Amino acid sequence: MRYIEPHGHMVSRTTDDYEAMLTAGCAAVCEPAFWAGYDRSGVQGFYDYFCQLTDYEPKRAAKFGLPHFTWLCINPKESEDTALAADVLGIVPEFLERPNVLGIGEIGLNKNTRNEMKVLEQHIDLAMRHGQMILVHTPHLEDKLKGTRLIVDLLKADARVQPGRVIIDHVEEHTIQHVLDAGFWAGITLYPESKTTPPRAIDMFEVYGGQSVWLNSACDWGRSDPLAVPKTALEMRRRGHSDATIDALIYGNPIRFLSQNPRFHLR
Amino acid sequence: MTRQQILDLYFMDARSKLIDLAAFLDRVDRAEGEADFRLAAFRAALQELHGGEPQRAKAVLLSLSDPTTEPIAAAPGKGAIGAWHQTH
Ligand SMILES: [Zn+2]
Repeated sequence: MRYIEPHGHMVSRTTDDYEAMLTAGCAAVCEPAFWAGYDRSGVQGFYDYFCQLTDYEPKRAAKFGLPHFTWLCINPKESEDTALAADVLGIVPEFLERPNVLGIGEIGLNKNTRNEMKVLEQHIDLAMRHGQMILVHTPHLEDKLKGTRLIVDLLKADARVQPGRVIIDHVEEHTIQHVLDAGFWAGITLYPESKTTPPRAIDMFEVYGGQSVWLNSACDWGRSDPLAVPKTALEMRRRGHSDATIDALIYGNPIRFLSQNPRFHLR
Repeated sequence: MTRQQILDLYFMDARSKLIDLAAFLDRVDRAEGEADFRLAAFRAALQELHGGEPQRAKAVLLSLSDPTTEPIAAAPGKGAIGAWHQTH
């Protein structure tokens, strides 16, 4: 088996996780910038984090022979503070030329507030001015439906945005159709409690089609499983899917989306 | 896959989750004090299982979702709790 982990917060994971992922067939990992579990005290905290994502973490992954890529932004959980967001948006451009940066992400909404919307709009503008791809985080639980609709509307309102260069992540049964119908890629996140389980992810793949879909573990410092993607592949086998179908979903699809940025390459 | 194969693959797992649900509701009943809005939201979502279309997962998720469309003025906190509560 071979697969891409297109969404993993590796700075929160151990080297044992890297080893396990390699052993399971991981060929590359992509790490969107996200919330640390606490609010950073200022822009300097983000500067250090961006250095970690573009310098230290790819080196750590390289020790295991794993290509590491990243996406940069201020996450929606900290976007309620628009002054901080403006400062962080100010330093993102100086990192965009680093060799493992794939685009702007994971941007999006958390509680669907006006400030979050404003900062999301600024991120989209930043991405468009710099010709960047976009990775979007959709809100949790009861906030996901409304947030996904607001995000899709906002993206569609900007004529510069090419939907095929945007992935809207953490879709579930009530949001996937809306995302795919609008021409965006959809990410399905496999979590033990929230988001989706492997059987549900495979249901969505079967019902809604898998042309513009990727699977990810979104492993971070919370309850999550860095091997969720290969475990779902095993479940797909039990469901009778061919090796070619599985390979296309967990390896071919992420490569097809990510390769739109020429910086994305496997070893 | 055939219905038979799906049952072979998932029946025991679904059975276990069904009993867990029943035990959860029993546990809530045995406990004391007032329940907050989540219990009513949970019971409402349960009704969606009776639907005749293969869209039950979607219907349950919709039932637990915030149906409003306008951004809110300020975040009440960072987290989500799993069910929507109309506050105004
Ligand atoms: Zn994430």
